[in-house]
Amino acid sequence: MHSKSTHDIAASFSRRGVLAATAGLMLGLASISGAKAADDTIKVGVLHSLSGTMAISETTLKDTILFLIDEQNKKGGVNGKKLEAVVVDPASNWPLFAEKARELITKDKVSVVFGCWTSVSRKSVLPVFKELNSILFYPVQYEGEESERNVFYTGAAPNQQAIPAVDYLMKDEKVKRWVLAGTDYVYPRTTNKILEAYLKSKGVAQEDIMINYTPFGHSDWQTIVADIKKFGSAGKKTAVVSTINGDANVPFYKELGNQGIKAKDIPVVAFSVGEEELAGIDTKPLLGHLAAWNYFQSIKSPENEKFIKAWQTYTKNPKRVTNDPMEAHVIGFDMWVKAVEKVKSTDPDKVIDALPGIEAKNLTGGTSKMLPNHHITKPVFIGEIKANGQFDVVWKTPGLVAGDAWSKELDGSKDLVGDWVGKKCGNFNTKTNKCLGSGS
Amino acid sequence: MPANLSARLCSLVLSLVLIAFALPAFAGPFEDAVAKFANDDFSDTEEAIGVVASSGNPLAYPIISALQDGRLMADPDSKKVYVTGADGKSIDAATGQPVASVPDSASAVRLNNRLRRSVDAAVGGLTLMSPDLGMRLQAAQSVFKSHEETALEAVEGALAKETNRAVKATLGDARAAILLYKPDATEVQKLEAVAIIKARGDQEALALLTGIGSDQPASVTKAAASGIASIQSSLAVWSMVQNAWYGLSLGSVLLLAAIGLAITFGVMGVINMAHGEMVMIGAYTTFVVQEVIRTRYPGLFDYSLLIAVPLAFLVAGALGVLIERSIIRFLYGRPLETLLATWGLSLVLQQAVRTMFGPTNREVGNPSWMSGAFELGQITITYNRLWILVFTLAVFVILLAMLRYTALGLEMRAVTQNRRMAASMGIATSRVDALTFGLGSGIAGIAGVALSQIDNVSPNLGQSYIIDSFMVVVFGGVGNLWGTLVGAFTLGIANKFLEPVAGAVLGKIAILVLIILFIQKRPRGLFALKGRGVEA
Repeated sequence: MHSKSTHDIAASFSRRGVLAATAGLMLGLASISGAKAADDTIKVGVLHSLSGTMAISETTLKDTILFLIDEQNKKGGVNGKKLEAVVVDPASNWPLFAEKARELITKDKVSVVFGCWTSVSRKSVLPVFKELNSILFYPVQYEGEESERNVFYTGAAPNQQAIPAVDYLMKDEKVKRWVLAGTDYVYPRTTNKILEAYLKSKGVAQEDIMINYTPFGHSDWQTIVADIKKFGSAGKKTAVVSTINGDANVPFYKELGNQGIKAKDIPVVAFSVGEEELAGIDTKPLLGHLAAWNYFQSIKSPENEKFIKAWQTYTKNPKRVTNDPMEAHVIGFDMWVKAVEKVKSTDPDKVIDALPGIEAKNLTGGTSKMLPNHHITKPVFIGEIKANGQFDVVWKTPGLVAGDAWSKELDGSKDLVGDWVGKKCGNFNTKTNKCLGSGS
Repeated sequence: MPANLSARLCSLVLSLVLIAFALPAFAGPFEDAVAKFANDDFSDTEEAIGVVASSGNPLAYPIISALQDGRLMADPDSKKVYVTGADGKSIDAATGQPVASVPDSASAVRLNNRLRRSVDAAVGGLTLMSPDLGMRLQAAQSVFKSHEETALEAVEGALAKETNRAVKATLGDARAAILLYKPDATEVQKLEAVAIIKARGDQEALALLTGIGSDQPASVTKAAASGIASIQSSLAVWSMVQNAWYGLSLGSVLLLAAIGLAITFGVMGVINMAHGEMVMIGAYTTFVVQEVIRTRYPGLFDYSLLIAVPLAFLVAGALGVLIERSIIRFLYGRPLETLLATWGLSLVLQQAVRTMFGPTNREVGNPSWMSGAFELGQITITYNRLWILVFTLAVFVILLAMLRYTALGLEMRAVTQNRRMAASMGIATSRVDALTFGLGSGIAGIAGVALSQIDNVSPNLGQSYIIDSFMVVVFGGVGNLWGTLVGAFTLGIANKFLEPVAGAVLGKIAILVLIILFIQKRPRGLFALKGRGVEA
């Protein structure tokens, strides 16, 4: 979901050589650990940025996979073999993601890769995974409109996060007017397109929807917050649906707090703000603002309590928080282990065929299932920000929601389904009964 | 709140009140309602708030205000509810009897936004007659905001007794708002209400008038429409003032970020790509200062920024001197190599900070005098932006005075104007170079202190300012501090007037295009240096 800031792109334009050289130097250190390995181990690739703009979010996910591998090895590994992590650093550099993915698969011969955060990094590695026929587990909530044979999406699709959040605001808060605010890139734009279509299908008029995009790392929110205030003074209950990118959130919330917009007047529901992001903000002025996720650290369940404890022990930091993409990795890792144990092999074709239908416990007390479209079933929670930087769950879906690879709200994709079991196709058109195949 | 909802709410409250009267006192509808707080169910809590607030019980205010502050504890097992006071003493909410201690199984009653609004309205209704002036004003404001019909009687009662002018005016507004939304108010009452609300003239008034719906008498609809038009036209004027203020504020941030670069790049001619990282180091210095204060001397928190400013100057300045001595001095006159070296340096500094402090944002708090806002006419001015503007101008004036009146300033100007001549006059040029670079870096450091108040403190902080800083310095005219000042404010104001029209993304692009065109026309920027110094 995040991406590199426009500044970086402009700045790195003429200096790509230096950047790559520096990054390469740093990487040299990182990949030494995985260079030599015995044959009786199964190698697991970890493709998360450990430097550059995205390190802020992705470093934790690298630690999560290392933690999960550690735990699995304590249980005796998989199929009698120990797991071995191969960590590389794509340095928040999208072309480098593809290079590193290729290196992991061809040179290190990993059986599976857990990685990527931004949609652009996922798109960048897709051709590599297809060409070399390997497996990628992608743990972040994203804009949907994709179902690939080699990728398993353990994060939320829009119908597992954005749509339920809007439903909650509509029903419980009686919101009539909507501000869709986002950072200007593919995830917010697609999500907002889906939300706009959904709101209109629910009878919301065009004049009651305000869409606003801001550049990456936007830090001067005065005008936009004043606009939101103005938009909210039309005598109808107003809410903000925020797909604002992680880094720009701190100044956004600070400005909201300073201008005195309280959650009880104009609530903001965010899709990219979790425990990790709140760790850098004074949350007292944000009390009551909302976030929609499939997991919150504050959810009480035996699985969750056990996980948090083990995680904090592993990281030797009793304050270390957990978040939604971490849970996605927990589920994805468990599913992969089960699939490999089922087919007694790490052969990608066998594992890919075995994965749909595999069930794994999620941390919130339910059981998630891998679907034929390579998405999973997840519960959806709406949480209110508390003063301690955690969330108080105020609403949840009655059961688990199945992830839609293709949004039912958009004209272009409502007839499409992903089905890698029966139809062997990621974009099967149910109207024409044809598989569109790759390239669309 | 929509009319039908408030109607439903008040019928609910009404029926609850009726039940309360129908039952004999000892059956305890109040106690029953209080027990509902222990159910941990939002609709039960809402019901309980309604009953408790309208019960007339002297415990009503302590209970509701405790609920508001998260001090109302409920035990789900025994269904007992407790009010814990600020002094650590607790009472049983149903009986008012003091209790020795609240059981461990009790937890604070949870609220959501809908309930928070009900609680605010209830507290407002209960404190309208409070002896404390501030509380009365707050109560009147929250009644105005919620304008629940049930509060009408209390508002009228309070209005008759109120002597303070401000509170009285707010109560009048609250009464007008209630009447405007009361289905059975007379036409005359409503027209009067429209006039009062129109006179208020702010966004809340606009919201009230816009939201009255179509089921009103024609005269009221017409009066409201004309009210809306007049408020909108006055708000349009205010929004121009607001844009200008936002522009000044953005300009001050740009100036603050660029002012250090105006020295290192503008005066010395070093293309310093690591400038942003000096800003970042200033911000991290603030973080460290605040951490120490938080753990050791919490009382000093409000002074944390004042302590951080000189420290950030010293840390970033010392690092600047070190960089100049170890890298930059070998690269004078080789702009391309300088650019590459400082760019590499900026990556090294970023990664160093990432390794030391972690990749995630660090929390830098706002001292109380930098939080919140005040209203000036119809615009909201936030304190943090105001203080940053003041601070920026102060830094600018001090820097200008330093260059103009101190010996070091004189030497700096001499060296930049004609290095060889200055050297033959006995000025240690290399020492002056180091100090100048240190000064520019130090100023970037104190910019970081201010920017930590409005932006993320993360290793990427500097990157987001480097392009803007170069833009300001080049636009204003390299080597001219006044140019940097005028350039920053011009860009800030132009940006803020473009943003509402074009959006933040296009606005930014438009500014860049304008600058490119401007630089084509005047390659040396707004205030070009003249004379022999230019050629040197």
